[in-house]
Amino acid sequence: MAASIVQLHEIRKTYQMGLVTVEALRGVSIDIRAKEYVSIMGPSGCGKSTLLNLLGCLDRPSSGRYVLGSDDISQLDDNALSSVRGTRLGFIFQSYNLIQQLTVVENIEVPLYYQGWPEAESRGLAKDVAMRVGLADRLDHKPYELSGGQQQRVAIARALVNDPLIILADEPTGNLDSASGVEILRIFDDLNRQGKTIIMVTHDPGVADHSSRTIRLRDGLIESDLKNGK
Amino acid sequence: MNASPSASLVVATERPVPFRFLNSLAPARLRRSLRLAIKSLWLHRLRSLLTVLGIVFGVCSVIAMLAIGEGASYEAQEQIKNLGSQNVILHSVKPPEEQKVSEKGSESYVLQYGLSYTDLKSIRSTISGVSILVPSRIMHEYVWNISRRVDCDIVGTVPWYPEMRNHHIARGRFFTDVDMEASASVCVLGADTAQALFPLDSPLGRDVRVGGDYYRVIGVMEPRGKAMKTEESQSGAKAAAQEMFIPLETAKTRYGEVLMKFRSGSFSAERVQLHEVTIKVANREQVLQVAEAVKAVLKHHHKKKDYEVVVPLELLKRAERTKQIFNIVLGSIAAISLLVGGIGIMNIMLATVTERTREIGIRRALGAKRRDIITQFLVEAVMLSGVGGLFGVALGITIPLLVTWFAAMKTIITLWSPIMAFSISGLVGVAFGLYPALRAANMDPVEALRHE
Repeated sequence: MAASIVQLHEIRKTYQMGLVTVEALRGVSIDIRAKEYVSIMGPSGCGKSTLLNLLGCLDRPSSGRYVLGSDDISQLDDNALSSVRGTRLGFIFQSYNLIQQLTVVENIEVPLYYQGWPEAESRGLAKDVAMRVGLADRLDHKPYELSGGQQQRVAIARALVNDPLIILADEPTGNLDSASGVEILRIFDDLNRQGKTIIMVTHDPGVADHSSRTIRLRDGLIESDLKNGK
Repeated sequence: MNASPSASLVVATERPVPFRFLNSLAPARLRRSLRLAIKSLWLHRLRSLLTVLGIVFGVCSVIAMLAIGEGASYEAQEQIKNLGSQNVILHSVKPPEEQKVSEKGSESYVLQYGLSYTDLKSIRSTISGVSILVPSRIMHEYVWNISRRVDCDIVGTVPWYPEMRNHHIARGRFFTDVDMEASASVCVLGADTAQALFPLDSPLGRDVRVGGDYYRVIGVMEPRGKAMKTEESQSGAKAAAQEMFIPLETAKTRYGEVLMKFRSGSFSAERVQLHEVTIKVANREQVLQVAEAVKAVLKHHHKKKDYEVVVPLELLKRAERTKQIFNIVLGSIAAISLLVGGIGIMNIMLATVTERTREIGIRRALGAKRRDIITQFLVEAVMLSGVGGLFGVALGITIPLLVTWFAAMKTIITLWSPIMAFSISGLVGVAFGLYPALRAANMDPVEALRHE
């Protein structure tokens, strides 16, 4: 069994909304090993978005420990978190979140840009990755010229370009028709088979079936954590 | 523990990150930031253009107004400098009309006023630091060359007049002590007079007629000053007047001390010994003291105020002070117009930041640090103001040229005014772009991603 690359220990997250204190996560402990394909499910308001934000280093837990790779990152400052996001994480969003004024290849390059890659190298790498997700003939198109499925493939290429430890996907098929959704999920399967660790939030059991492990949240706590028999 | 490089989809990036500590000012990075800014600004072309216009007009007005102001004050100073900054100039002034009438009744028809040789003597004997005195008499007569006629000021003066008044000979020579002693009938023409009387050939060696007397032309003066002639030269300014110079002794013998004028039947006579006296002060620091002393001496000798003391240095200082005030006023106007331009930029940048909240969230999620976001928006703001500054400089240099071309006004574009205006426009970009950029950078990535 591979080493664990994500360790959450008693993670709590509370928000202050006016006078009310909301407990989004009330002590979540998860251990994810390399090459796992994990889906996180649960009804809305169960805390799965909060969990994904914490996993994605976009937010910090109120208490608890988060070890990514071999580093405790629960207490890092803003700059350090930015570096972690840029080097070890790849994000895929429901609404693709591409930058509209940039072309396909430039969108894929963005994570490398913030890591200070020279332009020639990052351009070459971005093209390579774009080709691998089947966008070779769309390199200089703008996002609005692409279909939803194509846009999501750009987002996948962008998530892959910095060779992250884990890929975080938030409802990646939520905005897609079923054919495009299947196509995206097949890419995920391929990625996982090639050894990528994927954590995906979804509310669709059919989508969750692609993963090897399903974690269900309810009211900020883990309800179940099951291996899928695949 | 990571992906196997043989895989088809997974990119094996074994190479290390080239430089982790990104220096946002490295040329290559800066170039990419600039390109990114151009792309973002190009997305809203009209909006960017309108924002830029604010700065364009600000910068342009600064340069154009400075150039026109500089030109005007240069002209004024040039005229004053022609008088000589080390000089004190005394003029005889005809006393007010009422006194003339009363004197007419009591004494004679000959009006007597002005500076006298006695004044000259007492100035020379009582005031130290006075080096040369140039007395002159000025008669107003017609000067003829055969059938050409010029209404002219005939100035009877001394041989050292040119160096005293900073007004030099262009061709031929000025008259000398020898001409003086001999009361020679020679004359030197002012540039305009020479042009008017001898438009086609050289006046040197030719004769001109004044009344019944002939004078041989021995020299022609340089045009007065480099200042351009304007249509509306003020009534008092004699700068544009026609002039002819003759030796003082010649003037004395020819005209005596009484000037008679016949005008449409009436007859008037004036008795003036000296119309103008130029006093050169040896030391520039003493000019104002000497001027005061001269005023005191004249006041003692003259019952009525039939003279006028002009101190070019004083005028020069006043002109400089005027220019300073002018520059301050101009500076404030410039500051206000650039401020308005800057507020325009800030306004647009704030709108842009709000509009692109999502983009900011995406960039943060993909590894952008706060300072990357600050750089991005600051570069956009500075680009707006910088482009505005460039066009402003271009327009600001063009307008004075057009003014000179069409309105025949002198304008001077000093080297520093475009440089200053341009750098201020850049600073405006930084100053007014900073707050929106900070606001962008301080957004919570989670909130920013959720925005729409």
